[in-house]
Amino acid sequence: MNQVAINAKDLSIYYGDFEAVKSITMEIPSNSITALIGPSGCGKSTLLRTLNRMNDRIVDFSVDGELKIDGESIYAPGVNLISLRKKVGMVFQSPNPLPMSIIDNVTWALKFHGIRRSRERMEIAVESLKRAGLWDEVHDRLKDPAVKLSGGQQQRLCIARAIALQPKILLMDEPTSALDPIATRMIEELMISLKEDYTVVLVSHNMEQAARVSDRTAFMLLGELVEYALTEELFSNPKDQRTEDYITGRFG
Amino acid sequence: MNLRRKLVDKTMTLIPLLCVIATIIPLISISGYLLYQGISNLNWAFLTELPKPVGEPGGGMANSIVGTGIVVGLAGLLGIPIGILAGIYLAEYGQQTRLGKTVRFIADVLLGVPSIVIGIVAYAVVVVPMQSFSAYAGAFALAMMLVPFLTRTTEEALLTVPDNIKEAGLALGQPYWRVVTGIVLRAAKAPIFTGVMLGIARIAGETAPLLFTALNNRFWHQGLTGPISTLTIQIYNYAISPFQDWNQQAWSGALVLIILVTLLNLIVRISSRSRYTQR
Repeated sequence: MNQVAINAKDLSIYYGDFEAVKSITMEIPSNSITALIGPSGCGKSTLLRTLNRMNDRIVDFSVDGELKIDGESIYAPGVNLISLRKKVGMVFQSPNPLPMSIIDNVTWALKFHGIRRSRERMEIAVESLKRAGLWDEVHDRLKDPAVKLSGGQQQRLCIARAIALQPKILLMDEPTSALDPIATRMIEELMISLKEDYTVVLVSHNMEQAARVSDRTAFMLLGELVEYALTEELFSNPKDQRTEDYITGRFG
Repeated sequence: MNLRRKLVDKTMTLIPLLCVIATIIPLISISGYLLYQGISNLNWAFLTELPKPVGEPGGGMANSIVGTGIVVGLAGLLGIPIGILAGIYLAEYGQQTRLGKTVRFIADVLLGVPSIVIGIVAYAVVVVPMQSFSAYAGAFALAMMLVPFLTRTTEEALLTVPDNIKEAGLALGQPYWRVVTGIVLRAAKAPIFTGVMLGIARIAGETAPLLFTALNNRFWHQGLTGPISTLTIQIYNYAISPFQDWNQQAWSGALVLIILVTLLNLIVRISSRSRYTQR
């Protein structure tokens, strides 16, 4: 059993009075892929965006309970958002390259994180692009605008950009929902290889995807964590009737 | 039935086309007539010489051309940074705050204030204390028109930047100021420049705010604290004068003004084209 990367205890998440996530307790082990599945509005994306405090931007957002990453409470007063987000990277639903060149997309954030020498930034960027399996496709046009890449390439660029910061955890919010099947497969293979170095938390609408790539799956419904188990077990032998209904397609 | 459908389709295409033509006609006829009237007097001397006394042929508007450059340039120096920074504040920091809403409201009101009133304010605030008409006073008046315009156009430009690329920056552990300067401003560069250009073109063509601020000058200006000639005022003076040759020179002045504004527009438009944003 690996170390625990993320630890939630009685975690509730509110938008104003609305309880979007209801008193969840779960442990996510490091160097694994954990999938969060469930129908739209079940709170899985909310939970994911709470892990790097992206939800802080929402005015009436609040959390209750305990949420620890690497044993440290991330909603404690005085937590540095910048170092938290450096440690917990994120890949979004639709590819969102920055309005700059391919290479600058990867190096832009590094400068602020204390990597002053541009040669060093360049080396990290090349390494990250290779890691994300994009290098061979872009090495001869690094100065091209990132928006010229295809959707799948853009998403891999976003992954390269995130891993350039050497995070411990990588949050992926339906990273393939805007991509075609071939690009989806490449991202999925990439995810599996990434778990050697990172802890991946994946939100997916697609149950086949969750079954294919994840080690553990959490099924959420209306803000509740219904079932959380090893992926094989959850899909072959669900303990809860609602899980069974969902994975067999009876609702959602 | 099929015939009717085609007929409706054709008519509906025709109506906007007619509207386009109706929009273009004034533009073409104005520039055409301006060219026709102005070109005859437009020569090297017109661009390089001072006005001649009444009755003497020749002479030019060199002092007015330079004067417009100076007054508009000073107004830009003062107004562009303030306007853009205020726009950034409105879009990125004070969107829903009370201060933000107040600033936005005041900017909108200021946009609607007749330019002659702006001139009076500049007269009271700058000319009276300085005891002199001056380039500074003219620039102050024009900047007062430029600031609210740029504030609003910059705000609008920044609001078109999709939220997901801001989130990309934040998720990379960047502070908000760096997301604003590194991503949002970069993405909105072209529309901000367009706003600056439109603003400059607008104030370059203003006459009323300069009437009793920059005043006018038939000679080269003596420093920025004294009266200075501008193209618009010079055109106005020459156009209402009873002398035929002055009237004719007013046309040439107007042509020069239009050409300058168009050139400025073209240059910035070409240089601000962004490679890194879609569209």
